[in-house]
Amino acid sequence: MYPFEYRRASTLEQALRMSADLAPAAFLAGGTTLYDLMKLGVERPVTVIDVNRIPELSHLRLSRSALVIGSGVRMSDLADAREVRESFPIIREALLAGATAQIRNMASIGGNLLQRTRCTYFRGTHPCNKRVPGSGCSAREGIDEGQAVLGGSEHCTAVYPGDLATALLALDAAVDVLGPDGARSLALADLHRAPGDRPEQDHTLRPGELITAVRVPATRMRQAYTKLRPRESYSFAWASAAVTLSLHPDTATIEQSRVVLGGLATRPWRVRAVEDWLHGRPLVEAVALEAGRLALRDAEAGRHKAFRIDLGTRAVADALLRAGEQHE
Amino acid sequence: MQIKVTVNAEPTLMDVDPRESLLDVLRERLQLTGTKKGCDHGHCGACTVHLDGRRVLSCLTPAVQADDTTVATIEGIEGIEGPDGELHPLQEAFVRNDALQCGYCTPGQIMSALACVAEGNAGSDEDIREFMSGNLCRCGAYVGIVAAIRSYAAGQP
Ligand SMILES: Cc1cc2nc3c(=O)[nH]c(=O)nc-3n(C[C@H](O)[C@H](O)[C@H](O)COP(=O)(O)OP(=O)(O)OC[C@H]3O[C@@H](n4cnc5c(N)ncnc54)[C@H](O)[C@@H]3O)c2cc1C
Ligand code: FES
Ligand code: FES
Repeated sequence: MYPFEYRRASTLEQALRMSADLAPAAFLAGGTTLYDLMKLGVERPVTVIDVNRIPELSHLRLSRSALVIGSGVRMSDLADAREVRESFPIIREALLAGATAQIRNMASIGGNLLQRTRCTYFRGTHPCNKRVPGSGCSAREGIDEGQAVLGGSEHCTAVYPGDLATALLALDAAVDVLGPDGARSLALADLHRAPGDRPEQDHTLRPGELITAVRVPATRMRQAYTKLRPRESYSFAWASAAVTLSLHPDTATIEQSRVVLGGLATRPWRVRAVEDWLHGRPLVEAVALEAGRLALRDAEAGRHKAFRIDLGTRAVADALLRAGEQHE
Repeated sequence: MQIKVTVNAEPTLMDVDPRESLLDVLRERLQLTGTKKGCDHGHCGACTVHLDGRRVLSCLTPAVQADDTTVATIEGIEGIEGPDGELHPLQEAFVRNDALQCGYCTPGQIMSALACVAEGNAGSDEDIREFMSGNLCRCGAYVGIVAAIRSYAAGQP
C-alpha cells in the first residue's frame, strides 16, 4: 500500500481543523470501505483522519419527534437498539440483511451511507470513470449483469449498493453535517447523486464536511424491507425495496406510501409515481405486482440484467404486501 | 505510531505503520499465526478475532485502530495450554462433529462462533447459518460446523 498520514481526532473541532489543514483527507470510521479500497489502490487520500474516538458521534437518542443516530454508531448496535426494534423495524431489517456480523460490528452508520459501489470495474484495474475520471466505462462493453438498470449515464452505471440508505429514504430521513462553513442539515434524498457526467462524485457533501448524525422522523407507518440476492445471506442486493405505508382505517386502502428501490439504481431510488398511483387502492397482490411493474417501467435491460428488473418488481410487491400485514 | 494493545491478556507496546492491518501485526510481529489470512478484503472471515469482546475482521482493521483495546485470538481462548493442551469445548465440538477438513477456516469459525453464541444468535440452525454467514469454508464443512455450534450452544460437546 502507498504511504499516508494517519491522524486521530478526539473532538469534532479537531477533525475539521485536520481535514482543512491536511487535504486531501478522508475520514476513517469502521474502515470496511475506505481501508479496503486503499489496499486496492482505488482510494488514495494523503491523510486519513480517524473519527472513531469522538464521543459525540456515538450517541443514539429517541425523542417524541425523531430518532437521532450518531454517525459513529455501529450497524450491529443500531440493529439491536430497543428504540429501533420497537419503533423502526425496517431499519433493523435492512441492517441485518447487509454484510456479516463481523462487518456490522465494525461499520458505522455515516460510513455505511457513504459506502462506495461494488462495481467490479471500479474495484479492479479496467478503465472506470468513477475511479479514474475520463478513462471510460468498461461495463458498457463488458459484463453488465450487476449494473444499474435505473439512473445510469453513458459515463457510469455503477450501482449504489447500500441497504440502509434505501430503508432510511423510505423513512424520509435527514443527515446532519458539520463542515468548514458550519453545521447544516440536508434531506437524505439530497445526499446521493446520480453519475451524470461526473461519476467520480457519489454525493453532495462539500470537501471537509463530516456527517455527525442521521435524523429519522418518528412514524407510525407500516414498514418492510425486501432484499433479493444471489444467496440467502451475506450478499449485496440484486434488487431490494423499502416500503412505508399507512392504510385508511375504514376502507383499508392505501392512504400514504413511500417506495424506494435498492441495488438497482445508481443511487437510492424513490419512485413517487408509484406512490401516487397506489393512493386510494386496496393493498392486494394484483395491485402490489402492478406497483412493482410501474416502479421498474423505465428500467434498462442492457445485455445481461433484464432478470433484475423482474426481481425488482417482485421485491416491491413483496415489501408492499409484508408492510400491509403489519400492525400500525 | 506507538500503540498499546492487550493481546490474549498480555499488555503489548509496539510501533506500527498506519498501513499495517491488525492481521499482519498479529501474524508477522507477534507470531500469532493461528489467525488466518484468506482474502485480506473482508470476504471470508478467516481473520476473525475479538476486539474489546466483539468479533471483527482483523484484515480490515488498521492496527492503529486497535490502540488501547483488548484483542483475543484463537491462541488465547480458554482451555488451550500448548500444542498438546486441552481443547476448548467448542474446539472439542468441532472435532466430534467433523466440522473441518483442511482446517484453514477453523480459527476464524471458532472465534466467530464463540461470539455468535455469546450474542444469543445460536438458538437454531437457521440463526447459526445466518449469523455465521461471514465465515466461508472452502471445504464445505458447513453441516458439521452448524452441528458443532449447535451442540456447544446447548452445552454438550
Ligand atoms: C464483504 C462485505 C460485504 C458487505 N455487504 C454489504 C451489504 O450486503 N449491504 C450493505 O449495505 N453494505 C455491505 N457492505 C458495506 C458495508 O456496510 C460498508 O463498508 C460500511 O457500512 C462502511 O462503514 P465504515 O464505518 O466501515 O466506513 P469507512 O470505510 O470508514 O468509510 C466509508 C466512506 O465514508 C467516509 N466517512 C466515514 N464516516 C464519515 C462521516 N462521519 N462523515 C463523512 N464521511 C465519512 C469515509 O471517508 C469513506 O469515504 C459490505 C462490506 C464488505 C466488506
Ligand atoms: S482475510 Fe479477513 S475476511 Fe478474509
Ligand atoms: S475446513 Fe477447509 S476451508 Fe473450512
